[in-house]
Amino acid sequence: MSTATHDTNREAPAKPTTTVGKAADYLDQRTSIGVAVKEFARKIFPDHWSFMLGEIALFSFVVLIASGFFLAMFFEPSMALETYEGEHPANMHGQLMSVAFASTLEMSFEVRGGLLMRQIHHWAALIFMASIVVHMMRVFFTGAFRKPREINWIVGIVLMILGLAAGFTGYSLPDDVLSGNGLRITDGVIKSIPVIGSFLSYFVFGGEFPGHHIVPRLFTLHIFVIPGILLALIALHLFLMVLQKHTQFPGGGRTDKNVVGYPALPVYVAKMTGNFFIVAGVLVLMGATMAINNVWNYGPYDPSPVSAGAQPDWYMLFLEGSLRLMPGAGTEWVILGYTLPLNVLVPAVVIPGILFTFLIVYPFVEARVKGDDKEHHVLDRPRNVPVRTGLGVAFLAAFIILALAGSNDLIATHFALSINAITWVFRVLFFVGPVFAYYITKRICLGLQRKDRELVLHGHESGRIVRYANGEYIEVHTPLDDQERWLRVNYEAPAPLEIAPKTDARGVKRKGYGADKRWQGLSRFFYEDRVAPVTPAEVAHSHGEHDEPNGHDQLNGSERQAVEAGVGTTSREH
Amino acid sequence: MTPWRPRLGACVGVVLRWYRFMTEKLKHSQRDEDIFVKALAARRHHRLAPVVLLLLALLTTGGVYAALAPSTAQAETVSTADIETGKKLFQANCATCHGSNAEGTDGVPSLVGVGAAAVDFQVSTGRMPMQMNGLQAMEKPRQMNEEQTAALAAYVASLGAGPAIPTDEQVDASLGDPSNGMALFRTNCAMCHNAVGAGGALSEGKFAPPLWDTSERNLYQAMLTGPQSMPVFNDANINPEEKRDIISFLVEQRDGSAGGASLGALGPVSEGLWAFVVGMGLLIGAAVWIGAKSS
Repeated sequence: MSTATHDTNREAPAKPTTTVGKAADYLDQRTSIGVAVKEFARKIFPDHWSFMLGEIALFSFVVLIASGFFLAMFFEPSMALETYEGEHPANMHGQLMSVAFASTLEMSFEVRGGLLMRQIHHWAALIFMASIVVHMMRVFFTGAFRKPREINWIVGIVLMILGLAAGFTGYSLPDDVLSGNGLRITDGVIKSIPVIGSFLSYFVFGGEFPGHHIVPRLFTLHIFVIPGILLALIALHLFLMVLQKHTQFPGGGRTDKNVVGYPALPVYVAKMTGNFFIVAGVLVLMGATMAINNVWNYGPYDPSPVSAGAQPDWYMLFLEGSLRLMPGAGTEWVILGYTLPLNVLVPAVVIPGILFTFLIVYPFVEARVKGDDKEHHVLDRPRNVPVRTGLGVAFLAAFIILALAGSNDLIATHFALSINAITWVFRVLFFVGPVFAYYITKRICLGLQRKDRELVLHGHESGRIVRYANGEYIEVHTPLDDQERWLRVNYEAPAPLEIAPKTDARGVKRKGYGADKRWQGLSRFFYEDRVAPVTPAEVAHSHGEHDEPNGHDQLNGSERQAVEAGVGTTSREH
Repeated sequence: MTPWRPRLGACVGVVLRWYRFMTEKLKHSQRDEDIFVKALAARRHHRLAPVVLLLLALLTTGGVYAALAPSTAQAETVSTADIETGKKLFQANCATCHGSNAEGTDGVPSLVGVGAAAVDFQVSTGRMPMQMNGLQAMEKPRQMNEEQTAALAAYVASLGAGPAIPTDEQVDASLGDPSNGMALFRTNCAMCHNAVGAGGALSEGKFAPPLWDTSERNLYQAMLTGPQSMPVFNDANINPEEKRDIISFLVEQRDGSAGGASLGALGPVSEGLWAFVVGMGLLIGAAVWIGAKSS
């Protein structure tokens, strides 16, 4: 009877009257789901358009799953040969081709809406990867990967790599010449791995390339294994996001201990639903109006032909570019009867290896060189972390240079340039460009920080020139409001790591000094050049140092206020 | 113009015989109820009817003849006068580089034996006379009209045996098999010209041009004569019917893609570019819009 006595103290909840209410009550009485709904509905999310980039990826994944369902019903993953009897397209009629390719054609030309679905699926794949990369850039440049979100950052990288894998396996399924060329390159890359390469290639293709197994194998990976893991990891990614709460941009009242924003219900549920329809709508529009991967242009796979303009989808283009840039002569070494094809190994294995390693280790390296183990929920403005921003732009520059190098033939034809000259320019740019991009970006960031300091100390230039009775001219500066000032002074500018001395008090060499020294070197690289935020003392000092100006009577209300606040600066101060 | 006379004579003869036969027939069957006969009833003849009929017949025959076989006629009717004109044109426009007898000069090929097809291709696409020395002669508005081109071709063809200008039937895309053309094109041509003939890059700034606007006859001639960097695909290599199949495949590509805007038919690079420009452009725009909505 304890429950009964407990309940008597409470007011009995009103009985639901509407159908929806009754259904919800029915469900709640049996599952207590109301607790979860209440918790989630009141969850606060901060507001910023860039927080919706990940949503675009999520929603294009939903579109991918939906259109993929449709395609899987008509695609036959078989490399058996048949003669295509369909009338459309005319250039394929009577050709000998694999069942996989024939079913792709039938799906496109016989099945109602099939071509539309194929094109939606492919555009959604491109947008999925594009939004992942853009989302990742947002996370990187704002420092959203810092503690406690390092794990979610890693999950995100794995998601991106799985997205690449999903794209690659799907791209190869139709068994057309273009995708076959891609598989041939993959085969070459696998074979370039020393010692085990040939064995691995036979293992992957079930014999000599291309064999009869690769399409069914890719199909299994593409529709079962990869999306399965993707789905699980997306769930984990979102769960961690909700659990750790969303990061927020800096601003008045926003700290590492709160979240300023709107509740999920109704604001974000409405926004997300709207965004989903926009994403789906744009993808359908693209699929309906823009042709993509018309496999019948390339024809069924045959190892001999390779057409001009044979490139992978954009997210693989950087690999194509690094392969195109790598000189072939003198880079294939034969050591003790084993071939070490550096001309393939370096561009296709080492280069992406460097990129992914950088992405994975960066959060840990940054925390280490900063000596930082605090939680961060307020994002960095990119200018306030010049070296991180510089490094990010440098890697981005390298990625773009490689992607352009992968398009060198199209650049040559469209801009009437020599492909050989372009290739040499990109070879040099690949090494020089990122360094240059890093340096320029870092300088811009430092400059912006100095500009912020200037603004905080002196206020906005109002453009009003005032002459005093004694003939002195000043330009009236209007002080920043609190929000503006908060944004510009609330950041960290850590100094490089301090380390313990080489020897202890007794002059004995300390263990681990070498490693500390190296970390300190790296820390100097990160934090040697820094612009410290304006301190309250500096603000007070800046306001106090001005002489009491004469001739107040000539100033209007706001100008007098400005002058009295001491923010008016005169040329002699500088 | 020799082929005209006997054929015309024959045509006129046939028409006259048919007219005589009909009038004879009408005389013998006055009460025939046949509509045609009614229309031509002897009493309603105008006296100039035979003349009108004759003119119509002449026009029809001449028109059909002109529509069906002009280039054969052109090819067959090379006269010494044409060659003379061609020689003059050659000396005025081409001899500076190719030599006064087309024997070629240092770095410029001899035209003896290149045939009428090569001349017609180069001149009708405006590549020759060349605007300036460069990596390859660029296509430009043609400088010689049809007659001048034909005269030049006749002159060069008279210097030595070479491939002739193809007939209209040889280059008629509707007679070819696009499927076989696709198979041949991707084995022999696509590595430079792209899978559907959108063009591609060659070394050192040279390029294989896009084939969207190239006339069927020029396509055939290019295969036959291998202009500039292009290899020659002679009739032993790709026979005339196969050449027509390739033309048929290329012409079919001009209808555009079944999937919508073809985006230049350049493959994944242009698709990726448009994915960012259109797709990400719209979606990020929408995100900014949604983000700006509540606060």
